[in-house]
Amino acid sequence: MKLSLTVNGADRSAQDVWPGTSLLTALREEFGLTGAKNACEQGECGSCTVYLDGDPVCSCLVAAAQAEGRQVRTVEGLGGPEAVQRAFLACGAVQCGFCTPGLVVAVHDLVHRIEDPDEATIREALAGNLCRCTGYEKIIEAVRCAAAELRAELSEHSAPPGLPEPSESSGPVRR
Amino acid sequence: MTIQASAAGIGDSPTRPDGTPKVLGAFGYASDLTVPGMLHGATLRSPHPRALIKSIDVGPALAIPGVRAVLTAEDIPGTKYYGLIAQDCPVLALGEVRYHGEPVAIVAADDVAAARRAVAAIVVDYEVLTPVTDLRAALFDPDSPKVHAGGNVVRHQPVRRGRADDPDIRALADVVVTREYQVGMQDQAFLGPEAGLAVPAADGGVDLHVATQWLHADAEQIAPCLGLAPELVRMTLAGVGGAFGGREDLSMQIHAAMLALRTGLPVRMTYNRRESFFGHVHRHPAVMRYTHGARRDGTLVFVTAEILLDGGAYASTTEAVVGNAASLGVGPYEVEHLAIDAYGAYTNNPPCGAMRGFGAVQTCFAYESQMDALAAELGMHPLDIRARNAVKQGSVTPTGQVIDAPAPVAEMFAQLRAMPLPPDRAAGDLLPGGYGNTTHGEGVRRGVGYGVGIKNICYSEGFDDFSTARVTLSAADGEPAVTVHTAAAEVGQGLVTVQGQIARTELGVERVAVAQADTTVGSAGSSSASRQSYMTGGAVKAACEAVRERVFSLARERGFQVAEGSRLAGGKIVSASGEPLVDLALVLGADVVEETREYRHRPTGPLDRMTGQGSSHVQFAFAAHRAVVDVDVELGLVRVVRLDVVQDVGRIMNRQSLEGQIQGGTAQGLGLAVLEEIVVADGKVRNPSFTDYLIPTILDMPPMGMRILEYPDPAAPYGLRGAGEPPTLSSTPAIAAAVRDATGLALGRVPIRPEHIAVPAQNAARDG
Ligand code: FES
Ligand code: FES
Repeated sequence: MKLSLTVNGADRSAQDVWPGTSLLTALREEFGLTGAKNACEQGECGSCTVYLDGDPVCSCLVAAAQAEGRQVRTVEGLGGPEAVQRAFLACGAVQCGFCTPGLVVAVHDLVHRIEDPDEATIREALAGNLCRCTGYEKIIEAVRCAAAELRAELSEHSAPPGLPEPSESSGPVRR
Repeated sequence: MTIQASAAGIGDSPTRPDGTPKVLGAFGYASDLTVPGMLHGATLRSPHPRALIKSIDVGPALAIPGVRAVLTAEDIPGTKYYGLIAQDCPVLALGEVRYHGEPVAIVAADDVAAARRAVAAIVVDYEVLTPVTDLRAALFDPDSPKVHAGGNVVRHQPVRRGRADDPDIRALADVVVTREYQVGMQDQAFLGPEAGLAVPAADGGVDLHVATQWLHADAEQIAPCLGLAPELVRMTLAGVGGAFGGREDLSMQIHAAMLALRTGLPVRMTYNRRESFFGHVHRHPAVMRYTHGARRDGTLVFVTAEILLDGGAYASTTEAVVGNAASLGVGPYEVEHLAIDAYGAYTNNPPCGAMRGFGAVQTCFAYESQMDALAAELGMHPLDIRARNAVKQGSVTPTGQVIDAPAPVAEMFAQLRAMPLPPDRAAGDLLPGGYGNTTHGEGVRRGVGYGVGIKNICYSEGFDDFSTARVTLSAADGEPAVTVHTAAAEVGQGLVTVQGQIARTELGVERVAVAQADTTVGSAGSSSASRQSYMTGGAVKAACEAVRERVFSLARERGFQVAEGSRLAGGKIVSASGEPLVDLALVLGADVVEETREYRHRPTGPLDRMTGQGSSHVQFAFAAHRAVVDVDVELGLVRVVRLDVVQDVGRIMNRQSLEGQIQGGTAQGLGLAVLEEIVVADGKVRNPSFTDYLIPTILDMPPMGMRILEYPDPAAPYGLRGAGEPPTLSSTPAIAAAVRDATGLALGRVPIRPEHIAVPAQNAARDG
């Protein structure tokens, strides 16, 4: 089948896509976007999370055909490093990083929906994203940092973004 | 003016250099690799745990369009067997399969779908045999079939000290507890499945890009099987999505290389999650029987232990795992009289080998459970009985080794005790069962438990353990820059960051790049045994020191004054007091200073085969946990409310990475305590998926308090102590103890499943 959709703002299409192909496989193999990861391909790990028409989905569970004509935004399309990505870096939320692209999209969605998520909200929102390396503590920290940065951006429209303590947006972090 | 130590040196927490590509989704993991025209590999695996192969017909597979090669054991170009310690594992099954999932044939095709169809089309005629699956029978029943011709005992390691069998000694004990413990088979469950790319080279060799833990050990095993000279197998580390021991043994490396050499085209192999469960070794399941005797005041009198570890179908690292289980089997306690027997077995269960904690995890669950059982018998606080027996600097281990570095175990208990407990359960707190809303709080009991473990750091038992680093210093645009090149595998732990930190500290240069790990530099050893900060850190430090000496000579040759005690800081040579003497860029000019150094830790010795005596370990590390749990005793559901940890690391190299290691290790211990087990029935794996093999989610993990101690080890670079594994040991028994505290049940097996709690509770209710 032919597949046409918008990926990260650009119209993309592929010929001869096997009808059973998942959106994840289409993104990775047809469009060369390997940011979304393939840790289970069963909807259990969230490493393949992308936005589909603005909602985060496990792209391994979405048939590519279902995305026909729709808007897909992947980790590569966040225009980063943006607030969430900087927070993951600054807070040490990245180890092997295989879970990171999916988590970044999931957290991006969370902090843009909820201005100041509390811990229970964070844990519930990220329950579908497995991380084997971190034990999640620093991911929770990163969510808080990212949310705080977004709030700061909102309140001082014109001010340049800067992460709150204990982090800086780039360069060495002293702790 | 005084020049300060370089920022982002050791002790700082600079942003990890691979972090930016990782958050952007641009990091190249092994499964992301592509080259034009590459083929896709796939593996046919045995559906039987034990069977003879009567015949294999690859014809139907070869007939499928797009299939380029179908290979079996007959096509192995060189040696047919490989292995990290013993070479007993066939590259592809040779007339016989010994475990469910053993590779039988491999395929290369133009696309993944064709490769998978071809795998399904291969016809194998098996004569199915009854598998050897009972661990005890495999070891001790003379009538048990032999998995390998040499018998089913991979290693038996006794440890004898004092007179544990002497009735007079035993009579000194006021209380004796004997219990049996079991540990289920845990999976590393790294998130990035096994993957790699093999590219055939014009010289007849092969270039491999793989996610692994030890490039050189891979190459040394691969080359003979391909019938190639060692220098014709060149390895480059591809992005690694976690490892935890599961990438120590080879998986797809030889297969992809065979297919690439046969077809003359690059071949990528990527396992999916299901195949990953079959594609690497697991943590050894264990059956352990311990007897502890203690005086009324809690002092241990004697310990006896029988430790059985199921190594599965092939040896992998079972031999070394048994060595750890035996030598560390009583924990961080002084025991005068002990008798330990640790065994590793061959069975037709899935092969087991390295996983974080490596032979020290299983026994930690057992000996810590024993300490709790003694404490209960004696009416003592669990920390008091532990503190009474804790090792300290100068203590002698069960193998007769003197612990010559600090061992602040008792202080760790004091610190743990001082950490605040969480408040009592309040309305609105999440309950066991979580969002399943299985209870309103009735039947929910809280429990508190403790655990402490001892782990060896680096390779033991006389292994020639070393790492190599090449450090290059040059000046570009008037600014000094350093490149660090090693073959050490960054698997997520943050080694690339620490390497850069060491170079910045030693050479006083801001601009440090860590080159891609590959085999054009000497071996770094494995990213295992919590050894890389110590070993590759030590090698980078040594190479930097050599570079520094060269720079000083260069400076003197060029007429600059370099006083005794000078060092490098802020891009300059500075005096002992920090006065700037000369810019490095000026000294270097167009010269490039490059030094390569091998670093070895102090030698270790073997364990005596009969008595287990010997100074077999390099360094000991300790972590202690306190777990607080809520248990729904009716449904058997556990919610871990809090996990607090104290760990001594000698010296903090990078606090942020270190905390991440401790938190991640703690999480894997939680998984073993209440969630994770590969269920094997009749030799067959029943749950090879993340739907049925559960690793902790963010909802399973509690908040973690942490205290980090820094008692330097004078023998180690910077005084550091390996840190990745110890927290994986102690969180499991702490959680198990907390669940016991909440339920009053004995719970001798991990992972604790709901039925282990609910069924006894229901029986008690019925019988009561
Ligand atoms: S790969 Fe999609 S949820 Fe795991
Ligand atoms: S950082 Fe490795 S899985 Fe999350």
